[in-house]
Amino acid sequence: MAASGNFALWAWLAPGLAFLLLSLIVPLRRSGTPAAMLSIVLSAGALVAAVFAWHSAVPDMARRILWEWIPVEDGVLTSVGVLADADSTLMLILVALVSFLVQVYSLGYLSDEPPASLGRYYAYQSLFAFSMMGLVLAPNFVQLFICWELVGLCSYLLIGYWYARPEAARAAVKAFWVTKAGDVGFLIGIVMLWSRTGTFDFSELFEMAQGGSDALAGLGLVMFCIYLGAAGKSAQFPFHVWLPDAMEGPTPVSALIHAATMVTAGVYLLFRTAFLFEQAPEVLGAVGWIGAFTALLAATLACVQRDIKRVLAYSTVSQLGYMMAAIGAGFAGAGFLHLLTHGIFKALLFLAAGAVIHAVGSNDIFGMGGLARRMPQTFVVFLIGTLSLAGIPFFAGFFSKEEILGAAWEGRLTVPFAMLVTAAFLTAFYMFRVVFIAFLGAPAASAAPAGGHGGHDAAHAHDAPPVMTVVLWVLALLAMVIGVGFARSHPEAEFVAPGWITPLAVGVALGGIALATAVYALGWISADWIYRRLALVAEAAEERFWLDDFFALVYRGGILGLARIVGWVDRYIVDGVLNVLSAWTLTAGDRLRRIQSGQAQDYVYGIALGVLILMVWMRWPR
Amino acid sequence: MTLQAYLTLAAMLFCIGLFGVLTRRNTIGILLGIELMLNAVNINLAAFARFLGDVSGMIFTVFTICITVAEVALGLALVILIYRIRRTAVADHLDLLRG
Repeated sequence: MAASGNFALWAWLAPGLAFLLLSLIVPLRRSGTPAAMLSIVLSAGALVAAVFAWHSAVPDMARRILWEWIPVEDGVLTSVGVLADADSTLMLILVALVSFLVQVYSLGYLSDEPPASLGRYYAYQSLFAFSMMGLVLAPNFVQLFICWELVGLCSYLLIGYWYARPEAARAAVKAFWVTKAGDVGFLIGIVMLWSRTGTFDFSELFEMAQGGSDALAGLGLVMFCIYLGAAGKSAQFPFHVWLPDAMEGPTPVSALIHAATMVTAGVYLLFRTAFLFEQAPEVLGAVGWIGAFTALLAATLACVQRDIKRVLAYSTVSQLGYMMAAIGAGFAGAGFLHLLTHGIFKALLFLAAGAVIHAVGSNDIFGMGGLARRMPQTFVVFLIGTLSLAGIPFFAGFFSKEEILGAAWEGRLTVPFAMLVTAAFLTAFYMFRVVFIAFLGAPAASAAPAGGHGGHDAAHAHDAPPVMTVVLWVLALLAMVIGVGFARSHPEAEFVAPGWITPLAVGVALGGIALATAVYALGWISADWIYRRLALVAEAAEERFWLDDFFALVYRGGILGLARIVGWVDRYIVDGVLNVLSAWTLTAGDRLRRIQSGQAQDYVYGIALGVLILMVWMRWPR
Repeated sequence: MTLQAYLTLAAMLFCIGLFGVLTRRNTIGILLGIELMLNAVNINLAAFARFLGDVSGMIFTVFTICITVAEVALGLALVILIYRIRRTAVADHLDLLRG
């Protein structure tokens, strides 16, 4: 029991050590490759420790408190440490694994970067791994919130890694702003929960929930506030707008932060505190509806994107919606399972897309075409990822997706269930659209726009260097192994889904693939024809359902207007009052100064007069 | 002679001294005014000592006179130094402390 906590602690602290070394020893950071090696070695150590922690984990919670923090009158307010159990260590492995693989992959992907900025990249990566593991292992809400903000910071720093590009800088700020909007709700929720129960600790809250404590009655508003934080982080409607823009960061970053780990923090939070959410069923219902709606909306948006990374980004939003829907249906385990499998195959998809971008130098799928012959390895792994995402049997995503559909049905969320099924159809469609256009279609005639990595074009593309391909294969094999493993023996679901779910799930996936084949491979149906038939939806999707415009309007009109008013008040009223006061003080001082004539006799006059007045005053008949 | 007579004399002497301090322009004149004020105090002390039959007031007066001598010596030395440096001993010109 203690062993698991110790291993988890080591796994957590290893990347923290890497970050400390890289940030404090400037020559090491500026040296580039050695910095990368240090970070990779320590993250490999973290992975090993995480596996051991999982291996020795016990189902009930193993706590290891590092130190107690914020002493108050009766005891301590909160503590810092790890809470290692079967779930958190499993998530820990996912974080450590993807983090390690992405760091290895980045060696190849960012080989053209100058050493100093490569060192900076690895420092950020280590900080991210440290913060994310701290979040996963957090034994209470306070540590979780601190790490939550830290991963948000890392996300900001890594999206804006190429900060000289204005789009990247803007996307970083946007991501920070939008997630922060949710985090405010999260913070309020935590504090309100604390004022109700008097504790931040998960174990204590769990015991209270088990004992049916009165303090946990009527938690609706509190849990909704906490959900807001999760919705911001996990890009739920209407906070999903930041995630597609976050694709301005380097592709490995997108794979790690914006597909596999950080964006799933919200889902993990809801899974972790599912026992609290069960106290507020109305909030759970909202979570399910919003999740399913997000899944459908993002799937629609993904169908019209030209940018390969944006397709994947919307797909991530959509899959996060799936997980949320399962949690909302009351079966958090199904959402968590999909989180894990999705983490593997979406990281695979992003890294494969990264290999394509690395080779082609462009994100535009219509500028690619025919890559299957030139990049056979990348094509195979991308196909494995696509099949996993589409939910084809014997691939990683199949079982977990089916379980989510079953969860939504069992949770009596009929309309969300229909949305999820539609989204599953669209998922298969848009992923195979990418496959057919980018990998199998005719090679694009025009050269790719300049400014990519190395300035290649689609005609001369080739597979990525071994350091990247190995990572892709590892992830692809994992996706296969999980898929086949689940086909043989899968974790017991918390419910019994009706038998027709499996054929339905496979059917819609195959239907999506068939439609994509008919449109993009065989040309039976023209894409333009579909586009015209669904002109309203398609146009709205092109405009991202005007949500970005709406947010921009709110931002410009509301927040900037408010800022201008506040600025005016500060400049002219607050500063004005202060300026007037200081001017008065100055003038008064100047006037008073003149009394001091410097002549001793004048002072004697003053003293004599004062004594006289005193004497008269004392002797005055009263 | 009654105590009032002594006290009246001392008060008059004190006022004359104060008048001198306030009105004289010459620094040495101011010092002289201060001496008068001190002596008015001495008269008070001696008078009270006599009428209360307590000798300590007298002894105190002797001390005051001694210290006054030292004070005058110091004051004159200061005046001479000021005169050497500023080339004047007129109080109106000595306004280095003016605000």
